[in-house]
Amino acid sequence: MSNVSLTASRAKRAKLVGKIGKNVLALCLAVLFLFPVYWMFSSSLKPSSEILTKDPVFVFVPTFEHYPTATGVDRFWTYVANSLTVTIGAVLLALIVALAASFAIARMRFRGRKGIVLAVMLAQMAPWEVMVIAMYMIMRDADLLNSIPTLTVIYFVMVLPFTIWTLRGFIAAVPKELEEAALIDGCSRTQAFFKVIFPLLAPGLMSTSLFGFITAWNEFAMVLILNKDAEAHTLPLWLTQFQTAFGSDWGATMAASSLFTIPVLIVFLFLQRRAVGGMTAGAVKG
Amino acid sequence: MTVHSQGVVTSAPEDAPGRAAGDAHNPPPPTGPNEVLTPSRGRRRLPTGLLPYLLLTPAAVSLLLLLGYPLIRNVILSFQKVNAKELITRKPEWIGFDNYGELLTSSTFWTVVVRSFVFMGTTVLLIMVIGTLLGILLNSLGKAMRLVLSIALLMAWATPIVASVTVFRWLFDEQFGVANWFMRTLGFSGYDQHNWFETGTSTLAIVMVLITWGSIPFVALNMYAGLTTVGAELYEAARMDGASNTRIFRSVVFPILKPFFLITTFLEVIWVFKAFAQVYAMNQGGPDGESQTLPVFAYVIGSGQQQYGVAAAISVLTILILVAAMSFYFRLILKEEDEQ
Repeated sequence: MSNVSLTASRAKRAKLVGKIGKNVLALCLAVLFLFPVYWMFSSSLKPSSEILTKDPVFVFVPTFEHYPTATGVDRFWTYVANSLTVTIGAVLLALIVALAASFAIARMRFRGRKGIVLAVMLAQMAPWEVMVIAMYMIMRDADLLNSIPTLTVIYFVMVLPFTIWTLRGFIAAVPKELEEAALIDGCSRTQAFFKVIFPLLAPGLMSTSLFGFITAWNEFAMVLILNKDAEAHTLPLWLTQFQTAFGSDWGATMAASSLFTIPVLIVFLFLQRRAVGGMTAGAVKG
Repeated sequence: MTVHSQGVVTSAPEDAPGRAAGDAHNPPPPTGPNEVLTPSRGRRRLPTGLLPYLLLTPAAVSLLLLLGYPLIRNVILSFQKVNAKELITRKPEWIGFDNYGELLTSSTFWTVVVRSFVFMGTTVLLIMVIGTLLGILLNSLGKAMRLVLSIALLMAWATPIVASVTVFRWLFDEQFGVANWFMRTLGFSGYDQHNWFETGTSTLAIVMVLITWGSIPFVALNMYAGLTTVGAELYEAARMDGASNTRIFRSVVFPILKPFFLITTFLEVIWVFKAFAQVYAMNQGGPDGESQTLPVFAYVIGSGQQQYGVAAAISVLTILILVAAMSFYFRLILKEEDEQ
């Protein structure tokens, strides 16, 4: 009897040890994954004297001195304006064009529909980073280099396939009966779309555009080859060249990185739930 | 990340709109007597004719102009000689397969090809092994700890690529980097002022850590989501039947994870192989071009050395390799769809 309870308690203890081990491991991994992000923010808040030390300082009095240094760089606000223009422009264009296209794909039957769905799927995988040389030649021939509108249109096409694909799913999920009810009540097709489907799509439009925002906000390869003029740089390009301007002022560099990262983190927190859900759907259903 | 965030949701969350709109709409209101509804059913097929094509035109035109045409132009360019001189005169010279011939007989090209494959293979292996283990760990954690780890993973995932590159340059800084301090603390000698970017291999190793760090969250959360579809009943049923843990993993968990695993692997193969910003922004492919992978090589030959035709040929070959990986990926997805 006592023997049985002894083995039982031993098993219990082994289970407990396993549980603690798992949690300790998880905590270590969490620290490991957070560390680079933490180090970026903490370095941006450290006084310079405590950044340039052989042994890192972990406890310090935070200062905001590096942020004005970062934003005080020549043309900083030009880069902010450029980045915002290309990002917002691309996302808005993509939403409008994709809304029309995805409505056709989700709700209408027509010849060639399957082919178009396949094309959209393939276009999502377009290797833009490898196409920069051809894009450079095209834009150079058309005298469209160093142009913010050019970049906006390219980013628009980059996010378009994904936007169509996602909106297609959202539109397909709005029950047809709702639209039919509106039609019976005397709405025209256009009215039915704007009064019934569109309001239901709002959350979908929001999350889709935020994913588009992240893509365009972070893009690097195209702007690197197309916009060599400093006036036409965007924030990612500026960030990678920050060191040439600031040398080893790591405080300012990290302040700049933080400023660039914060909008994306906010968007991501906002999207968090959908990101994981959408991701699985993406992994299984393409 | 962004490369990632874009690929991440490669498809509409088919169930999300329901969730998203869930609060907004109640079950469709009864639309009146059935006789009215029936004829309206016939309307489903109604908008025939030109309307769908009209709606698709703007999207089709944009994609053809800025995706289709550059792809074709890339191929055309690869058969032309376009160097600094031709760039100015704007009169490219047709040279057939010369660019390809030059590449295929150059040892630099083959070095870059081998390096790209080794780099991609190792990185994807690391991402998939650690990512899968992390997914399994997430599944077995309690609620609070799972949240902590998920938040850490999401932060790594969300950090923009160029920002993470600057951070990694800082972490691995020669003079004041934390990495050198950490190695010293562990008791290794020679890390007083170790230059991590001294060789191509070392530079690529750091790029590898960077990409692995940024990609594991996607794989781990994906695997975790896959595991949650297994359902507790299945485990219990297997356990009731007397299956051991290993057996449960082999016969219950693995078959369910397999499609997730394969599809994610191919996505990672594609993403890592075409990774540009991480490699280029880290050290411009240096020192001495020793950390160049194919996309960076194409950029340097084109934009740096002004041999646009050769660069286009490198791009074409890279795209062909990517297309091979993609065809496997799409085959998997279509198979998945058939089974569902």
